[in-house]
Amino acid sequence: MISDPRPLSPHLQVYRWQLTSVLSILHRAAGLALSVGTLLLVWWLVAAAQGPDSYASVQAFLGSWIGRLLLFGWTVALFYHLCNGLRHLWWDSGRGFDLRNVYATGWAVVAATGVLTVIVWIAGISQWKH
Amino acid sequence: MAQSRMRSPLGRAIGLGSAKEGVGHWWMQRVTAIALVPLAVWFVISIIALAGADRIVFIEWVRHPVPAVLLVLLLVATFYHSALGLQVIIEDYVENESLRLALLVVMRLGSVLLAVLGIYAVLKLSLGA
Repeated sequence: MISDPRPLSPHLQVYRWQLTSVLSILHRAAGLALSVGTLLLVWWLVAAAQGPDSYASVQAFLGSWIGRLLLFGWTVALFYHLCNGLRHLWWDSGRGFDLRNVYATGWAVVAATGVLTVIVWIAGISQWKH
Repeated sequence: MAQSRMRSPLGRAIGLGSAKEGVGHWWMQRVTAIALVPLAVWFVISIIALAGADRIVFIEWVRHPVPAVLLVLLLVATFYHSALGLQVIIEDYVENESLRLALLVVMRLGSVLLAVLGIYAVLKLSLGA
């Protein structure tokens, strides 16, 4: 089909990976994951309203390894989207666009996501045992 | 005037002015994002406190006005914000116009349905017998 010999613009895959673009697409991916996660939130609320049996099945799902894995993924996605969202709001004020700042806030977001996820799971697991 | 300098040459030539909705999507994404910062933090802390709790404990918690109101606000802000985000994702990646429009409609209606289901459940738990 390619009959036009004009040069193509460089495609996405020729670019070297860099923090800025990776965090950018991760923000969208995390938002998408959280949107899927809202299904669990609504399921949980509706099941609680329906009665003890429905609620027990949600609890059983959340307690299974796949439930725990999904919950863990969603906490990572939530904290990442939250922290990077604050970074976006900071950008919206017109500040923080120079390269040094973009990288500093980018790594800060990565670190904050890790720290908050670990704190929440330590707190959650210790609470679960009580 | 700053406003006239902001207009594109084409916009000035046509002279119709804006539809006054140009930043509507962007703006509501920010407003809901700002609302979700405290709501999400509150929700995570609440969920940790409720971790492993049975249904009775959970219902006792939802019966209080503050958690019930905050849960409803969380649901409204979450589904508003996610609908705006999903809209952009669909518009960016779905090339086929019929499929794109169909997905946008299904996504919008689905968001409203899930939000109303969640709100109904919270109100039933909070106000019901």
